[in-house]
Amino acid sequence: METFYFIFQQALYFSIPLLIVALGGMFSEKSGVVNIALEGIMVIGAFCGIFFINVMQKIGAFASTPQLLFVLALLVGGLAGMLYASLLAFASVNMKADQTIGGTALNLLSVALVVFIARTMNNVKQIYFDQQVFTIKEFPVLSKIPVIGDMFFKNAYLSTYLGIIILLVAIVVLKKTRFGLRLSACGEHPHAAQSLGVNVYRMRWAGVLISGALGGIGGVSYIIPTTVSFGGTVSGYGFLALAVMIFGQWKPLRIFFSAIFFGFFSAIAFAYFKIDFLNNLNILHKGDFFKMVPYIATMIILAFTSKKSRAPKAEGIPFDPGAR
Amino acid sequence: MAENSFAKKFIPKIKDFFRELPKKNSFKVFVSVLISILIGLLVGLLILLISNPSTAFRAFGGILAGSFGDPKSVSVGLGDLLYFATPILLTGLSVGFAFKTGLFNIGASGQFMVGQFAALMLAFYGTGFGRFQWVVAVLGGILAGALWGFIPGFFKAVFNVNEVITSIMFNYIGMFLTNMLIKSNRVIFNETRHETRNIAAQAFLPKLGLDKIFPGSRADIGFLLAVLAAIVIYIVLNKTKFGFELKGVGYNRHASRYAGINEKKAIILSMAIAGALAGMGGALKMLAPGVHYIGNTLSAEEVLAAEGFNGIPVALLGLSNPIGIIFSALFITHLQRGGFYVQSVIMIEIIDIIIGVIIYFSAFSLAIRTFFAKIVQKRKMEAELEAENPEPKGGKA
Repeated sequence: METFYFIFQQALYFSIPLLIVALGGMFSEKSGVVNIALEGIMVIGAFCGIFFINVMQKIGAFASTPQLLFVLALLVGGLAGMLYASLLAFASVNMKADQTIGGTALNLLSVALVVFIARTMNNVKQIYFDQQVFTIKEFPVLSKIPVIGDMFFKNAYLSTYLGIIILLVAIVVLKKTRFGLRLSACGEHPHAAQSLGVNVYRMRWAGVLISGALGGIGGVSYIIPTTVSFGGTVSGYGFLALAVMIFGQWKPLRIFFSAIFFGFFSAIAFAYFKIDFLNNLNILHKGDFFKMVPYIATMIILAFTSKKSRAPKAEGIPFDPGAR
Repeated sequence: MAENSFAKKFIPKIKDFFRELPKKNSFKVFVSVLISILIGLLVGLLILLISNPSTAFRAFGGILAGSFGDPKSVSVGLGDLLYFATPILLTGLSVGFAFKTGLFNIGASGQFMVGQFAALMLAFYGTGFGRFQWVVAVLGGILAGALWGFIPGFFKAVFNVNEVITSIMFNYIGMFLTNMLIKSNRVIFNETRHETRNIAAQAFLPKLGLDKIFPGSRADIGFLLAVLAAIVIYIVLNKTKFGFELKGVGYNRHASRYAGINEKKAIILSMAIAGALAGMGGALKMLAPGVHYIGNTLSAEEVLAAEGFNGIPVALLGLSNPIGIIFSALFITHLQRGGFYVQSVIMIEIIDIIIGVIIYFSAFSLAIRTFFAKIVQKRKMEAELEAENPEPKGGKA
């Protein structure tokens, strides 16, 4: 049971950022903009958030309130991601640029930019931070609840609960609010939306900006639980989040379950040596083998789920009000 | 007399050519790419000025001078330019070819890595092929890359899985798989140095006299093979029925199906060919003899091959035209070499920033073109209006 809890806690570290970023991608695609720049947005968000933590920890600020520092770092990351995503929004909404090319450019740019800045300031690309202060070892009362306490309220990070809140908000916004329904309309049939007086440009901007904010937050919440330094990469989690979004068929709750699924496989790759029967497998360099598993699982799952794809119909097509 | 008639015949044609040039679509595209390059360079200069004003212009000059700035000699610089351009020329071709057939091959990195791996294996185990070992090793790289492109193509054609996602997955699968296979092979892997042993000289690519033209440089037959590949791809795309069908499926999958084209086969073949090109790039990099004929090694790090991702800007800048890609690969390598030579004063990432900005703005190229087209149209209409009613507009006043 100990092993199960350990794996589950690990899985959350990977699932939650995937969930947050995939929800971000969903908002963008629902509005009709393919956001392949999520990887780059995560990198920018993670850089700004971790850099903020690095500086604050150096000057000793928030030493007694690390969780407040975490929240602020998430905010910084979210804001940075939003700013960076506005480049994508400008390109794909106003300039009617090819969204894949624009997104790819932003991915290329992000890594170069953050490594350039880090190396110009410190000569190395790694930005270190004290990671342990952010771990919540145990919640006072909640951790005593059997099973659930061990799963959710031990060795946890604040970002886990934030992720769940974001999920709930996303469900409500998308299904129950005027904004959410209009947003979906812009991704399905922008001309119909426009004929009803919806400003398609503005909605698409909103979709991309939300995805930027969530991408940035996701970047910070990926780095903090899983490593002690940021070196200009989020190891393809932005792309994985896109796969999670597709597997989740652009529906928040399904995205949540697919994020858990992927996180679980990533956790196994991370901690296979704790599971006896996996550790006893007779493969040389098992670590590399288990690291492949999440990606192979993605492939297989996508093969089964993509036939009847529920992708927004107008995604990837620049909106031209004059087109018929 | 003869000269005169020659001139009479051709001068008007040349004049016509230049008069028509601005109206041609390809010319407009070319200009918009030039504008993007200019903006990219300006942003680069700006960042250099912000980060360190005292060295900014020296660094920027070094970047522009590029391969000509080699401290040893210009011939070393130019030879190295060809050497370093080879892998990204091929990954650029890979991405560009896929673009032309309506697919986005972001998996060139993985295809490149399995190509490297296959070439490495054949360099160690294919000694039986004697003089032709390098040929076999290159073919092996091509095949491995083709397989790594085939699978995403198959998933796209049969299961309707977006090729962007699958080829990204296959980047990582390729990286972990080759790492695993390399690390568990005692013959190939040097545990203490955490990289493979050097490949044997027998498997090296020949230099084919390029070491005489560019003495002291790394240049080898690889660049010529890459250019040959570009020409072949150009012919396939533009002069054959097969290429026409592939492009047709890229434009409109459904229309092509009604026209009797097997669109699933076309998608699978497109991705396999794209993969083959990237795999060839990996093989050529692996088998290059270098300056001192030491031979390459492969380190089993968890990093995706940068050459694969650099293929994307190469393809975009070359407008996916195989011949254009030759030049864009040289151009981007030129900048990269320039950045390398002035590394003492700047961080080399500035080159990637410049390239990223260039690609970002070249994504606008359509908008830039329509913007200019609108201005031209507006002028034309105004001229026509004036011609119709000669009275000046502000007549009332």
